[in-house]
Amino acid sequence: MIAESSVREPLVTGHKTLHDVSNDIAGRVEDKPSKTWLLATAVSLGALTVGAYAVWMTVWNGIGMWGLNKTIGWAWDITNFVWWVGIGHAGTLISAILLLFRQRWRMSINRAAEAMTIFAVICALMFPILHMGRPWLGMYWAIPLPNTFGSLWVNFNSPLLWDFFAISTYFSVSLVFWYIGLIPDFATIRDRATNKISKTIYGALSFGWDGAAKTWSRYETVALILAGLATPLVLSVHTIVSFDFATSVIPGWHTTIFPPYFVAGAIFSGFAMVLTLLLITRKVYRLEDYITIQHIELMNIIIIITGSIVGIAYITELFIAWYSGVEAEQYAFLNRVSGPYWWAYASMMTCNVISPQLFWFKKIRTNLAATFVLSIVVNIGMWFERFVIIVTSLHRDFLPSSWAMFYPTIYDMGMYLFSIGFFFTAFLLFAKFFPVINIAEVKSIIKATGEKVKSNG
Amino acid sequence: MIPGRNMKGTKKYWKGLEQLADNAEFKKHADKEFPEYLPIAGEDGPNRRDFLKMMGFSVAAVSLAACETPVKKAIPYVSKPASVDPSVPNYYASTYVSGSDALPVVVKTREGRPIYIDGNKLSKISGKGTSAQAQASVLSLYDKERLEGPMESGSSVSWDEIDSAIKKDLAAAGGKIAIVSNSIASPSTLSVIEKFKSVFPADHIMYDTMSLSGLTEAYEKAFGKKVLPVHEFGKAKTIVSFGADFLGTWPNHTYNNNEFAKTRRLSDTKKDMSRLYAFESNLSLTGANADYRQPIKASETGAYVASLYNAIASELGQPTVGGAKADSAILKKAAADLLASQGKAIVVCGSNDAKIQSIVVAINNLLGSYGSTIDVNKALNTRKGSDKQFEAFVKALNGGQVAGVIFINCNPVYDHPLGGQIASGLSKVKLSVSTSDRLDETASLVKYQTPDHHYLESWNDFEIVTGNYSLSQPTIKNIFNTRQVQDSLLTWSGESKSYYDIIQEYWTANIYPQASGFSSFISFWDKSLHDGFFEPAATEGDSPQANVDLSGISVSGKSDGIELVIYEKNSIGNGTQANNPWLQEMPDPITKATWDNYLTVSPKQAEEWGIKLGDMSTQKVNLTVGGTTVEVPVMPQPGQAYNTVGLALGYGRTKAGKVANNIGVNAYPFIASNGGSLAYSITSGVSVEPTGASYRIAQTQTHDTYMGRETVIQESILSEYKKDPQAGRHFPMISKANGEKVKPHAVSLWKGHEYPNHHWGLMIDLNSCTGCGSCTVACQSENNIPVVGKTEVLNRREMHWIRIDRYYSSDADEGNYAAMEKASENPEVTFQPMMCQQCNNAPCETVCPVAATTHSSEGLNQMTYNRCIGTRYCANNCPYKVRRFNWFKYHDNEQFADNTPMNNDLGKMVLNPDVTVRARGVMEKCTFCVQRIQYGKLEAKKEGRRPVDSDAVTACASACPSEALVFGDMKDPSSEISQRLKIKNSEKMVEAMEDRAYHVLEELRVMPNVWYLTKIRNKDEVKTVNGEA
Repeated sequence: MIAESSVREPLVTGHKTLHDVSNDIAGRVEDKPSKTWLLATAVSLGALTVGAYAVWMTVWNGIGMWGLNKTIGWAWDITNFVWWVGIGHAGTLISAILLLFRQRWRMSINRAAEAMTIFAVICALMFPILHMGRPWLGMYWAIPLPNTFGSLWVNFNSPLLWDFFAISTYFSVSLVFWYIGLIPDFATIRDRATNKISKTIYGALSFGWDGAAKTWSRYETVALILAGLATPLVLSVHTIVSFDFATSVIPGWHTTIFPPYFVAGAIFSGFAMVLTLLLITRKVYRLEDYITIQHIELMNIIIIITGSIVGIAYITELFIAWYSGVEAEQYAFLNRVSGPYWWAYASMMTCNVISPQLFWFKKIRTNLAATFVLSIVVNIGMWFERFVIIVTSLHRDFLPSSWAMFYPTIYDMGMYLFSIGFFFTAFLLFAKFFPVINIAEVKSIIKATGEKVKSNG
Repeated sequence: MIPGRNMKGTKKYWKGLEQLADNAEFKKHADKEFPEYLPIAGEDGPNRRDFLKMMGFSVAAVSLAACETPVKKAIPYVSKPASVDPSVPNYYASTYVSGSDALPVVVKTREGRPIYIDGNKLSKISGKGTSAQAQASVLSLYDKERLEGPMESGSSVSWDEIDSAIKKDLAAAGGKIAIVSNSIASPSTLSVIEKFKSVFPADHIMYDTMSLSGLTEAYEKAFGKKVLPVHEFGKAKTIVSFGADFLGTWPNHTYNNNEFAKTRRLSDTKKDMSRLYAFESNLSLTGANADYRQPIKASETGAYVASLYNAIASELGQPTVGGAKADSAILKKAAADLLASQGKAIVVCGSNDAKIQSIVVAINNLLGSYGSTIDVNKALNTRKGSDKQFEAFVKALNGGQVAGVIFINCNPVYDHPLGGQIASGLSKVKLSVSTSDRLDETASLVKYQTPDHHYLESWNDFEIVTGNYSLSQPTIKNIFNTRQVQDSLLTWSGESKSYYDIIQEYWTANIYPQASGFSSFISFWDKSLHDGFFEPAATEGDSPQANVDLSGISVSGKSDGIELVIYEKNSIGNGTQANNPWLQEMPDPITKATWDNYLTVSPKQAEEWGIKLGDMSTQKVNLTVGGTTVEVPVMPQPGQAYNTVGLALGYGRTKAGKVANNIGVNAYPFIASNGGSLAYSITSGVSVEPTGASYRIAQTQTHDTYMGRETVIQESILSEYKKDPQAGRHFPMISKANGEKVKPHAVSLWKGHEYPNHHWGLMIDLNSCTGCGSCTVACQSENNIPVVGKTEVLNRREMHWIRIDRYYSSDADEGNYAAMEKASENPEVTFQPMMCQQCNNAPCETVCPVAATTHSSEGLNQMTYNRCIGTRYCANNCPYKVRRFNWFKYHDNEQFADNTPMNNDLGKMVLNPDVTVRARGVMEKCTFCVQRIQYGKLEAKKEGRRPVDSDAVTACASACPSEALVFGDMKDPSSEISQRLKIKNSEKMVEAMEDRAYHVLEELRVMPNVWYLTKIRNKDEVKTVNGEA
C-alpha cells in the first residue's frame, strides 16, 4: 500500500518564479513613490510635527505640561512605553522563535515584522527618556558609565535599570538580526540597480555581499546564532518591563503573575500590529501571493491563544485579590472594575478578551476586513490594559487622603501622537526603500510544496 | 684709543665698519638690537605688538571669565558685624502682632535677615508653638507690595514734609480726631496715644474684626470689668463650646491648643482626659476635635445655652431663665458632665450677643469656673474692641463731627461691616492718615499714608494677658522708608522722645517695680529682651464675685429660614495677611481647600439645591443677605447644620496685593448689627439661589473617609483604653510557611540597615493633634517649599512636605465601599499629620535607578536633589504618597508669580540658606529637617557631647502648639521620644513598646521611623449616629 502524505498548501501562491520574486519585491523599491505612499507619508510627518510641538513644550517647560499629579506619577508616558515595547515583541518572535521552530511561513512576514519591532522599540525608548524630569542628565546618568562624579554609580536594585539593560540588549540584537537579514536583499537591489546613486547606496548597505557559498553559509550561521540569542530576549524584555510594577509595593502592581501575563500580552499586541501593517502593505504593494490568507489565519490563531492567556491572567488577578485577604489588594481590584475608571477596565476586557474570541470562527479569521478591524481593536485594548494597570492602581492606593484622578492634557496626547507619527513615518520609509519581504528566503520556499511534483506525476 | 682695540689694547671684534669708524650714526643706535627703525614702542598709537598683547590678554580674560559662573550681587562685609557670623543663625525673642492678635515668638535670623518664626518656648502664654499666621508673618515682611515710604495724596514725600503737613492739618482740624485701631495690647503704645490725646482732642476707637464685644459686655455686667478672661482649658475636665472656635481662631488659640492638648494626652500614669462638647453650625476646628458634637442652627444657640443653664440651675436649685428651649440628648449629657466636674468645667460661647453671653457667665458661675478654670483677673487684651463705640464713630464720621481720622494699622473699609460708610464718610474729614503697610482698601482712601514698620522691624511691648509683658525688638533694619506708628504719633504730638525711650520709661515706671532680683533696670531690661517677655511672680488675686442677673433675659428660638454663619479660617484669618501666599495655599484644616472662600453647606442641602459636584468642581449660588447679593461657590460640608451656610472672612480683597486681590468674596459686609454688637450669624433675610455656573475649588484632599482602613487610622474610646491600653490597635499578621502567624517585620531575607550612632524618629500623638496646620506653614518656611498657586493645586501638585490628612467617619457598613466613601452627616473627625515616614525599608530607595534617594546611617531617607533625574518611580512606590515632584521651575519664573519667596529679589530674602531651592524635574520630600539635625550635631560636637533633644527639632514639631509631634534620637534612651514610645533598640531595629504606638501601614513592613499614637475619644460608646449618643 502506498501511503500518500497530504500535500501542504503552498506558502507562496501564484506560481512565482525566482525572477518574479525579485521583481515583485525589489520592484517596489525601484519604482517611483506612489501617490498613496506620498499621502501616507505626509500624514505621518504631519502627526510627527504636531507631536514634536508637544515634545518641545514638555522638554522646555517641564513634565507639568502633562496631567500627572502628586498621586499619579506615571500615566500616558509609561502606558505608551509598555504598549510600544509590547508591540515590539512580534518581530523577533516571528523571526527568531519561528525560525527555531522551522515555521517557514514566517519568511514572507518576518522582515516587516522585524522592522516594526525596531521602530516600536525606538518609540518605546522615547518615553522613558522624555518622561524624566531631567532627561538631559537622565539619558546618561542611568547608564553605568565610569564617571567623574566621585563614586556615583547606578542602583542595580532598580527595575528601571534592569529595563535599560533589557531593552537596549533587545534593541541591539533585533537591529543586528534585522540588518543581517537585509544584506543579501540589498545586494540583489544593488545588482539590479540601474542608476549610480542606488548602486552606491545599496552597495554600501550590502557590505560587499558576493553571494558566494561561503558567504551564504556564514549568513545562515549568524542568523541561527542570533535567533538563539534573540529567543530568550523575547521572553525577558517584557518580563523585566513587568518587574517595574511587580517589584513595587502598590496594590495592583505587586503581582507575581505579571511576567507571563505581560509576555503574552506583548505577543498579543505585537501580532495585532503586524497584522495591521501587513494588511495594508499587502494590499498597496500587491503582495497577496506572498502574504496569503494562510499567514493571516495563522497569526489570528496566535492572537486567540495569547488573548485567552491574557484573559485568564485578568481573571486570575481578580481571584487572587479576593483570595489574598489583603484589604488594599481587594480594594484595588474592586476599584479597577467598578471605580471611577471602570470604563477603562471595561474597554480593556472587551477589546482584549472578548473581541479576539471572534477568531474562533474561521469565517472571521480569514476575513481581511474583520482581521484588520480586530487587529486595531486589540491594540486599543492593550493600550487600555497598561493604562488600567498604571493609573487605576496609582490613583487609589493605600491612604485615601491622597486618592486622585488623572486627566490627560493635550500634551499627553501630543506625546503619543509623536510616537505614532514617528512609527508610521519610519515604517513608510522602510516600506519604500527597503525590501519589505525577505527576497532571498522567500525564494527558498516558492517550491516548497509538493503540489507541482504531484501534478507532474 | 685705537679703533678695534679695547682699553687694554687686546683684540676686539667689531660689528661693521660703522663701529670701527665709531661714527655718530652708529652710536645713536648702538644699544639697540636692530639699528634700523622698528615700530615697537611708537608714540603714534598702538602697534602690532601692542595689538597682539592686547588680543592675548583679551582672549585670556574672556576665556577666564567664561570659565566661571558670574556671581551676582554677592557683597562681602567690609567689616563684619560682631554678632553676625555667616551661616550661624541668631535668634531674637520678639512678639508677633497682626490686627488685634499678638503672640510671643522667637525670630531666627541669618546674616541679618529674619527667615523663620518659632514659638517662644519660655513664655507661659504662647502655647510654645506658633499659629500659621504668625509663622507666615516673616514672609509678609518681604512683601514687595508694602508701601516704600510716606505718601501724600498719591505721591511720595519725605517724612519731614509729611510731618509738617499733618501737623498743620492737625492744628487746623478744629475738632475731634479719631484714632482708629484694632485692639492694642501694647501699654506703651496706649501711653503714646494718651500723649497724643493730651495734645489734640482725640478719641481712640478700638475694634476687632472678629468681635467678642458681646462677651466682654457680659463680663462688664457681671464683674464690672470689660474683659475677655483667659480660659484655662488645661484645668478643665468638661468643656462645652457653643460655636466658639477656641482651638482654631479665638484669640490666643496657640495657648488654648497647648492647654487643651494637655488634657488629651494619655500615658500609663495619666489615663484620664477632658471631654469636649461642641454645639455649632459650621464644622470648626474645635467641633472637629469634640468628643460630642451637635450641629445646631445659629439661631438655636440661645435656646441651647439657656437649656443648659436651666438643666444645671434646676439641679442646683437656682432660678431658671425663660424663653425658647432646646431638647437634646447631648445637651443633657453635657449638663450632667458639667455638674459632675464642677470647678473643672468651662462653657464658652462664640456668640456676640451679650444676653447669651450673660447666661454663659451664669453657667460658669454656677459651675464654680471663676477662680478655677476662668480667671477674670487675667484678661486677654487682644479683644478690647467695642462694637457700640465703633458704630458711634461711624455715625459721627458721616455726620461730619469728626475732624480727622488716623487709622493705625487697620483696614476698616474692608474688614468692618460699616466699611462702606467709612469710605463715604472719609470725604467729610479734614485730615485722614493711615499707617497701613500697604495701600489697602482704607489707606487708598486717605490723604496721608505714613506706613508703619513691620513688627520684625519694630520696638514694641505687649501685655497680651494682664500682667504678662512681652517685647518686640527689630530683627532687621527697616527695609523701606517706613517709620513706627508710635514715633509718628510722638512726632505729631510734638514729643521729641523716641518710642524706644517711651517703652523703657514705661517699663521703668510700671514693670520694673514688679521684678525682683535685678541689680539695675538695664539688667532687668536685657533679661526681658532676651527672653522676650517678663512675667511677674503670680499673685493669686481673689476671684471677683460674679453678679449674675438674668432677670428679663429671654432667648429667642430657632428661625425657619437659611442662616448664614460667618467664620474665620485659621489660614487667612481676618484677611490682614491675605497677600501672603503661604497662607493662601495653606489648606483649610477642615475643608482642605486653598486659595478661596466658599459657602459651606450641608451635603443634604447641596443635593436639594441640585448642586452638581465633581472632582473639585462645584457650582456657584447667589447668596443674598438683606439686599446684597454675591455669587459664591458651594462647598458641601459634612457636619454643617442643615439650613445653615458658612462663609469665611478674609477674602474678596481688592487692594491687598497681586497675590490676594480678587480671590473669593468679602463676607464682612454681611455681618449684621444686633443691638449695637456685631452678629456673625445672620438668622433672617438670607436666601440662596443656585446659578448653575460651575466653579472649581482647589483642595488638597478630596476623599473624605479612611474607608475603614485600620492600618491607617487606629482609634478607640477612653473607657476601652482604660481597660486595655492597646484598644483600637490593629495588628496585621503574616503567615509563615508552617502556618505560624507573626508580625510583618519578623520575616525577612535581609538583615536591615545598621545604625551605629543616631536613629532619628518622630512620634505623633493623634490625640493631641488638633489639625491646626501650623506645621504645614512652618515646614514651608523652613524648607523653602514653593507656592504653586490655585491652578496647580487644582492639578493636585501642591508641594507641602507635611500635610494633615483629615478623615471623616462614615455610617456605611464595612465592605460597602461605595457607601464608605460618603462621610456621615455629622462625622467624627480624625487628623493625621503625614510626612515622609523615613522608612527603614524604604520602597522609594530600591527603585531609583540612579540612587538619588538613599538611606543614611541615622535612619533618614535622604534625597539627593542634584542626582535626581526625575523618573518619579519613588513617588509611585511610596505607600504614603508624600513625595513631591517639581513639575515646573517654580523659582524665577513669571508663571509662578504668586510664589513670591522665589520670584522677586525681596521675597527671596525669606529663603533659608541652609536648604537648596530645588530645580525643575527633581523629586523632593520631608527630610526630617536634616539641616537642623546636622547643625545640632555639630554644635554638640563642638561641646564634646552627644546631641540632646533640644539640639535638633524639626520645624513641624517645634511649631506645633499642641506638642503633638515629638522628634528625637531613638538611640538615646533619655530622649523624650525614647521615653514616651518606650523604645527598645535591638541590633537591627527599633521597636516601640508603648501600647498606643503604631506604624501606618505596618503590614507593608517598610518600618517607618514615624510612630503614631492611637486616637482616643472620650465617648461612652464607639459609634454614634447623627451626633446622638
